[in-house]
Amino acid sequence: MYEHDVLIIGGGLAGLRAAVEVSRAGTDVAVISKVHPVRSHSNAAQGGINAPLTDRGDDWESHAYDTIKGSDFLADQDAVVIMSQEAGEAVLELERMGVIFSRGEDGKLGTRKFGGQKKARTFYVGAITGSAILQVLFEQSLKMGLNVYEEWFVTRLIIEDGACRGVVALDIKTGEMHTIKAKAVIMAAGGAGRVFEPSTNALICTGDGLALAYQVGAPLMDMEMIQYHPTTLARTGILISEAARGEGAYLLNADGERFMEKYAPDYMELASRDVVSRSEQTEIDEGRGIDGNVLLDLRHLGREFIEQKLGYLQEVSVEFLGIDLAEQPVPVQPGMHYIMGGIKTTVDGETSIPGLYAAGECANVSVHGANRLGANSLLDTVVFGRRSAVHALEYIKGVGTASRAEEDLAFEKTRLQAILDRPKGERSAAVRDDMARGMTKGIGVNRDQATMEGALENLVNVKSRLPGVSVEDKGKVFNTDLMFALELEFMVDCADAIVAGALARKESRGAHYRTDMTGRDDENWLKHTLVYKDGSQEHGTRVETAPVTITRWEPVERVY
Amino acid sequence: MQVGLKVKRFDPTDSGGKTWWQEYEVDVHPDSTVLDALIQVREHVDGTLAMRCACRASICGSCGMKVNGNAKLVCKTRVVSLSPNGEQLIIEPMGNHHVVRDLVITLDTFFDQINRVEPYLQPSFVPEHGEYVVSNESMENLLKSMNCIMCGCCVSDCTVLEVDSNFIGPAAFAKAWRFTEDPRDSKRDERLKALNDEDGGIWDCTRCLKCVEVCPKGVDPMDLIMELRESAIEAGNTNTHGYHHTESFYKSVKKNGRLDETRLAIDSAGWTNIPRLLDLAPIGLAAMRRGKLPPLIPHKSEDHKKVRELYDSVEGESK
Repeated sequence: MYEHDVLIIGGGLAGLRAAVEVSRAGTDVAVISKVHPVRSHSNAAQGGINAPLTDRGDDWESHAYDTIKGSDFLADQDAVVIMSQEAGEAVLELERMGVIFSRGEDGKLGTRKFGGQKKARTFYVGAITGSAILQVLFEQSLKMGLNVYEEWFVTRLIIEDGACRGVVALDIKTGEMHTIKAKAVIMAAGGAGRVFEPSTNALICTGDGLALAYQVGAPLMDMEMIQYHPTTLARTGILISEAARGEGAYLLNADGERFMEKYAPDYMELASRDVVSRSEQTEIDEGRGIDGNVLLDLRHLGREFIEQKLGYLQEVSVEFLGIDLAEQPVPVQPGMHYIMGGIKTTVDGETSIPGLYAAGECANVSVHGANRLGANSLLDTVVFGRRSAVHALEYIKGVGTASRAEEDLAFEKTRLQAILDRPKGERSAAVRDDMARGMTKGIGVNRDQATMEGALENLVNVKSRLPGVSVEDKGKVFNTDLMFALELEFMVDCADAIVAGALARKESRGAHYRTDMTGRDDENWLKHTLVYKDGSQEHGTRVETAPVTITRWEPVERVY
Repeated sequence: MQVGLKVKRFDPTDSGGKTWWQEYEVDVHPDSTVLDALIQVREHVDGTLAMRCACRASICGSCGMKVNGNAKLVCKTRVVSLSPNGEQLIIEPMGNHHVVRDLVITLDTFFDQINRVEPYLQPSFVPEHGEYVVSNESMENLLKSMNCIMCGCCVSDCTVLEVDSNFIGPAAFAKAWRFTEDPRDSKRDERLKALNDEDGGIWDCTRCLKCVEVCPKGVDPMDLIMELRESAIEAGNTNTHGYHHTESFYKSVKKNGRLDETRLAIDSAGWTNIPRLLDLAPIGLAAMRRGKLPPLIPHKSEDHKKVRELYDSVEGESK
């Protein structure tokens, strides 16, 4: 049995930023993650991190408004204001820790343009911004000697008297199960991209954090808001950063037209992601695509520029498609990329469960609403990772640790053993593939009542097969087969909440675009959906709604 | 297309560890990567195969393993590139690491090496507001090292680590270089001195180029090690065998137009380093017995004057 004052689940940007904050306060902290921190999916963020810096002629109101407009007015404006106001310091602090951000002529941080924003305010490191920030936060963790339970998989949160007091976890390398008690737990376990297929997300993005919180009663908010990124590579779903368009790349249809002119004449390729993805889908559906793709053309940027500023994009394009971006346009299509929805939190990261905080992609503050702007996700992780830690530090004063951890441990040991002991049945991968393809089909760029009901029906079938999923590997050491079975259960919980939220929202807003209800309905639906796990309901979900916080920007029609 | 895989398996729980080879045959898309093929095996053929992988896009560094004898990120290695005519691929765990199970290696070796170089910025001051003001060129220069994703391929195939586990290792040197070249860092001299003096430091690299060959991210660790050597010398670290070796090489070629191997050995050891010279003696005697001892008084190459002119010309240019 282990014990810490603050336990952070996840070693990506949100988790490590929170850990730095707790550690600075001299408080006992540990990070637990199913992968080594430098393997976290924060790595995959390419384009940059937004911050409105006043000394570069920018202002937080402008960033806040772009974010709120991007969210199709579903973001909570108090939360957005906090993020915009704290952004500058958050980014500068990363630089002072050692991030090698690109500079301008004056030696100060330089910016590039990103979608849905009036000003160039995206700070970046080539096309490896996430990786470059994660590495530096990891360096800081080495400097401070952070405790990391690496390759430990959390299977259950310990709840005592209604409060979160630690976790039960499987040490993947030994196969042993342990409890880690804590006075506060910060969930920073990332997104749930693998609920869909294809997805830009890493294979580890299985919604573990969302599901763990959901299972103990925390509501998941706006889960229907799934971001389809406009530029992913065909077949593999590998991401081509928005930085390409930020630096001037064109989107072309089969006729060679810059089709965004029709859909977003002012912003063109740099409209909000939901708008661009939808436009691409329309072009493809109306027969102006090329094998289900449109073309991303960087040729006019020149080889030197591409290799210097967008080197990683050139690398993946050449490696995975054999296409040299300086010579040829690359075929791209909208691909599942990010979940705006997540564990409902306050602006201090508090969930509905005392002692349980959430930050980063698994959380929903809500700053992204119905559509996240590019380069706001990294900002979200560091701002709200830090804020969660600050609040948790206050919270743990006068809090004791769990006394019933052993019961939870025994329960989990029995549960996992039962999974291992199941008679030979279906492989988890087969069930996951069916779930994920059904989700992409039903909850896509465009959706309607029939497709969403199709996704639900598919999910009912998938859930009926869950008890028959067996684990071929009976070994203890590094049993990934067992992990996949556990991850599948987490993903199904997320899928449940996504479908329930989608069916509930009777309008089109941001990423939730219904072809059978194309208008935004502020009168009835300017509100969040909250999905609770509820075994008494037919599909195990109960949907409620919560008001959106509007402080100064009244919703208006969204035009790019 | 069909692809055959021969995978080195390891089960640590089977009476102290059992190693065996297992062959698989899977059907994959023609554009597939080796990772796609392995996932196919794991999901449809053999659920007990243990390996790490995450991003599938060569950015997380999880899936380093040996394919046909060389360390690779299997997510960015296409099957057709190694098996154009359906040749079987040989898959093994990375070298120079302990194996946990099958293709999964322990991470301690790699990160212990990284930890040895104090891998974090140590500035002399922290600006109260704003950022450090430094040139864009100085930051873009560091991208070479920041492109490292810590996959461990270079460590796996490092020929020095194979015989000396105390060697700091190519990835950690690349990380160290990132700080010696960062204008915001204040410990450049201390870092260079440590890398120069330490057992297993920069002079133990044999310049075999293997790390450059296998690095999937173009970091070219060996080139950075060579830069570290130059920087260490420039910073006044001239007390090592490595420096003496370099200097002797430089001087003898400049003087004779060719290498004076006898002098090189003695210079490198140090003329007053009796224990080291005694170590060399048996080698010298053995070489002499076989008639392989280099001449004690070096021959000059016929073109030694031309070599000298080359030196003058290059050194003139750099001045």
